[in-house]
Amino acid sequence: MTYIITNWPQVSRLLGQHVSVTIAALALALIIALPLGWLLDRYRRLQAPILGALGLLYTVPSIALMIMLIPFFGLGQRSVLVALVLYSQVILVRNVLVGLGTIDPTVLEVARGIGMSPLQVAWRVQLPLALPVILAGLRVAAVAVIAIAAVGARFGAGGLGVLMFEGIAQAGRYDKIVAGGALVALLALAANGGLRLAERAVRRTDINVVLPV
Amino acid sequence: MEHVDEAITFKHVSKVYASGERPAVDDVSLTVPAGAFVVLLGPSGSGKTTLLKMVNRLFEPTSGSICIGDTDIRDMEVTTLRRRIGYVIQQIGLFPHMTVERNIAVVPQLLGWDRRRIAARIDELLDLVDLPREYRTRHPSQLSGGQQQRVGLARALAADPMLLLMDEPFGAADAITRASLQDQMLELQRRVRKTVLFVTHDVDEALILADRIAVLRDGRLVQYDEPCVLLTEPADDFVRELVNADDRIRQLSLLRVEAVMRPLDAVAPPAASPRLAAGEDVRQALSILLRPDASAITVMDGDRPVGVVTLDSIRLAACEDGAQ
Repeated sequence: MTYIITNWPQVSRLLGQHVSVTIAALALALIIALPLGWLLDRYRRLQAPILGALGLLYTVPSIALMIMLIPFFGLGQRSVLVALVLYSQVILVRNVLVGLGTIDPTVLEVARGIGMSPLQVAWRVQLPLALPVILAGLRVAAVAVIAIAAVGARFGAGGLGVLMFEGIAQAGRYDKIVAGGALVALLALAANGGLRLAERAVRRTDINVVLPV
Repeated sequence: MEHVDEAITFKHVSKVYASGERPAVDDVSLTVPAGAFVVLLGPSGSGKTTLLKMVNRLFEPTSGSICIGDTDIRDMEVTTLRRRIGYVIQQIGLFPHMTVERNIAVVPQLLGWDRRRIAARIDELLDLVDLPREYRTRHPSQLSGGQQQRVGLARALAADPMLLLMDEPFGAADAITRASLQDQMLELQRRVRKTVLFVTHDVDEALILADRIAVLRDGRLVQYDEPCVLLTEPADDFVRELVNADDRIRQLSLLRVEAVMRPLDAVAPPAASPRLAAGEDVRQALSILLRPDASAITVMDGDRPVGVVTLDSIRLAACEDGAQ
């Protein structure tokens, strides 16, 4: 605690890095997972191979995955970012699929029957109706990404992991380790709480009023 | 609003599903005249829903063609075609995340209407289907089944489509709600005449609503006639049994007066006679005609006399072609 206060400028910089890497990873992951989940929902035959591959990826330990990516994306933030995006795919794609699966098929038939194109059905009907489940997935993914991002400090991605790895390297600097660990945990809790609130909000609102049509 | 020829023509339409060994629809040819209310009647598995869903291309025929006016529907952009056709189904399928007004506004929005025009149209439609305007901002889950189906109907009518496809729309409603929805459908059809294709397995519903009934069995068209012809000259035993053609008294309560009347341009209006609204059933007409002083009834459409009913016309139940 004292460490955080006395070293606030450095700590806040690392916290900022951690947050921004998390947001970037989740945003990229969503951009991939939404269309991918939608495609898998349309072409069910693709589900088994792609979900299988993603599941396999999830079993690779985070350090190993980052090391494997270094030859392709270099030592630094990029490899870490790619690893985080890959990890979140499993969670997000699955939730997108589950969310789409909960929609009453007659609603979709009517949407087509009254003249919506497949993209209009996706944007105006499927996305809003699947959103609570998708946000639940985003919440789980956010917590995972925040935790795994700490490991990324080992590969020059910055973030709160830096404090912990420094604490380990400089023997006896438990204050650094605890400060880093506590902040990672707080960050995860905050993300979890915030996204849970968002989830509740979309369950109640007519999301089509918010989305541009 | 452009007014094209709205007749639907099925030419030798067949549909074979990949899974089925016999065709779901088997060489059906029929014409739904513009502005007519045609009911597809048959037991489940008779192919009536398949036939209906080929019109808005939710299913594609295996062979044959379907035209709206002179245009083969395959020559139209599928979304354009569908936006010109109102679609109502038994499960209603309102968008649960949208309010009543947004549900109704969907097709006008797809067609790019401006805000003000859509808002005005929503008011008009809520009045038409007899829902209070305060319901605009409610969600479907806050409505009863009958109210939801009224919203479904309003949504289908929103962009003033030329055709209306209705797939057992009142099938899930209880008896009382169903009767009121049927009445409203008749009233609606009187006011905003559309070409309607309506699927049901309920014979009474078909007789009450239809200008013409197409009876389907095992994917084939068995008979295509006006309700009273179906009752008086069933094509075969299947139709006879289906419509219960031998129970004449019951039939009278299912037929509308306007279906048996002679239109006024054919006969002169009787000087002083009892009056009856065109939408009343023939059974009422009969009970009036059984009085000693009444030999004819003047049929009224609102304040306007439109036809004459006598005991003879009931007995003949003669349906003039094109009277509908």
